[in-house]
Amino acid sequence: MKHTITMTINGAPVTAEVDSRLLLVHFIRENLDLTGTHIGCDTSNCGACTILLDGKSIKSCTYLAVRADGAEITTIEGLAPEGTNHPLQQAFHDQHGLHCGFCTPGMILRSVDLLKNNPNPTEEEIRWGISGNLCRCTGYNNIVKSVQQAAKEMQNESESV
Amino acid sequence: MIPANFTYHKATSVKEAIALAETHGEEAKYMSGGHSLLPMMKLRFATPEHIIDISKIEGLSYIKEEGDVLKIGALTTQTEMEHNANIKENYPIFSDAIKLTADPSVRNVGTIGGNIAHGDAANDQPALMLAMRATVVAEGTDGQKTIPIDEFFQGFYMTALEPSDVLVEIQVPKAKKGSGGAYNKVERKVGDYATAGVAVHLALNSDGVCQEVGIALTNVSAVPMRLDRGEELLLGKKITDDLIEQVGVMASEDCEPTSDLRGSEAYKRSIVNTITKRMIRLALERAQH
Ligand SMILES: Cc1cc2nc3c(=O)[nH]c(=O)nc-3n(C[C@H](O)[C@H](O)[C@H](O)COP(=O)(O)OP(=O)(O)OC[C@H]3O[C@@H](n4cnc5c(N)ncnc54)[C@H](O)[C@@H]3O)c2cc1C
Ligand code: FES
Ligand code: FES
Repeated sequence: MKHTITMTINGAPVTAEVDSRLLLVHFIRENLDLTGTHIGCDTSNCGACTILLDGKSIKSCTYLAVRADGAEITTIEGLAPEGTNHPLQQAFHDQHGLHCGFCTPGMILRSVDLLKNNPNPTEEEIRWGISGNLCRCTGYNNIVKSVQQAAKEMQNESESV
Repeated sequence: MIPANFTYHKATSVKEAIALAETHGEEAKYMSGGHSLLPMMKLRFATPEHIIDISKIEGLSYIKEEGDVLKIGALTTQTEMEHNANIKENYPIFSDAIKLTADPSVRNVGTIGGNIAHGDAANDQPALMLAMRATVVAEGTDGQKTIPIDEFFQGFYMTALEPSDVLVEIQVPKAKKGSGGAYNKVERKVGDYATAGVAVHLALNSDGVCQEVGIALTNVSAVPMRLDRGEELLLGKKITDDLIEQVGVMASEDCEPTSDLRGSEAYKRSIVNTITKRMIRLALERAQH
């Protein structure tokens, strides 16, 4: 059965017809061509498919597209205006928070949610906070440093406003 | 992995959900967070023909104290519980468990109602509910009913809920002076289901005598289990090291683990003993403060 769904993706409205069983990650990658959202495990363990749905990080491989009707979605493509970097993107670049980059979009979007709830996390809180996102390359240390840099940056920004 | 075909329905009220479930009968399943159900559907362990989405029903997401009870709406997510000031301050047993449940993105979606309604002894909330002697409030074709937690879990993925019953609320006794609880589990890696877990709830009177006790175990039996013998031993007594040792042994004897990828039966019995003792000590410490 087809359902008409309407949502906002990266600020732009999208309307589409989807099957009941279409997964949100497939909708994002295949229907919308936003391939920055990756599929790793396909079993809700690795976090490569993490996106923001109404501001909260979720694993889009374990979410039906039809349930996102009315939602506001942010993928890595929409995190910062074209040609600019979000403080987290900049920090992953500066601190070498990635090697192959497969986990990176998920790591960054998860970290956005983490810093929203806890703007000044301890190292331990960062490690617990990204525990649902696996990285097979970095050994996590540089990811933690990236999140720390971004946290500092984002706090400075919010103080100077 | 793509689930088998089904038809999606969105319910906007509990009444509408029940009506949809009545219409579609055995082939329909409610979905709240979908973080237990959808993985099973993707693996084709579950192939419901109709999914009734109850996650958009308004008014089922709350945490409030009324009279002697803490009431938690079924659609409250585990993240909402994690960040709730009252829970953080007064119900450390929940904070213990939620931090060890899955990971933050899963907790953003998974609900307390779903965690219990799933009827899975591997989930963490059932042991907490048994330890605190929770009451489940459900709504079905005949209106609302309350189900004591000891009657709720009936078998492997089987609960006292009728197919069209919606779990709407969980009630646990309000935290009071002299009460305390604790939960811990051993897991192979962060975010994993428990190899074994233990929940303990205690209430002491002003002389330190145990007035209420609940001890329950995660993932070491087909159905979430209460440690009856251990509770009987502690009730009405001052809890001493010697009694704690005895309850640890009872837990390891009475649990019913099977050997699997998470460990051998003997290993699980051994860690149940250790976690039980640690959680009684921690609950005791918290009850005394
Ligand atoms: C990677 C991963 C790791 C996880 N690790 C853990 C863990 O360590 N510990 C743990 O406890 N859980 C774990 N979970 C499960 C997670 O916590 C689930 O979200 C939760 O158990 C179920 O909640 P849900 O809202 O997602 O339920 P759903 O998946 O929507 O539903 C589960 C079942 O309950 C029924 N149901 C749901 N809500 C209601 C209701 N209100 N009334 C009647 N029936 C209802 C559904 O029909 C279904 O049969 C994990 C999940 C994932 C994906
Ligand atoms: S692909 Fe979704 S969690 Fe791994
Ligand atoms: S950078 Fe390769 S998986 Fe993380």
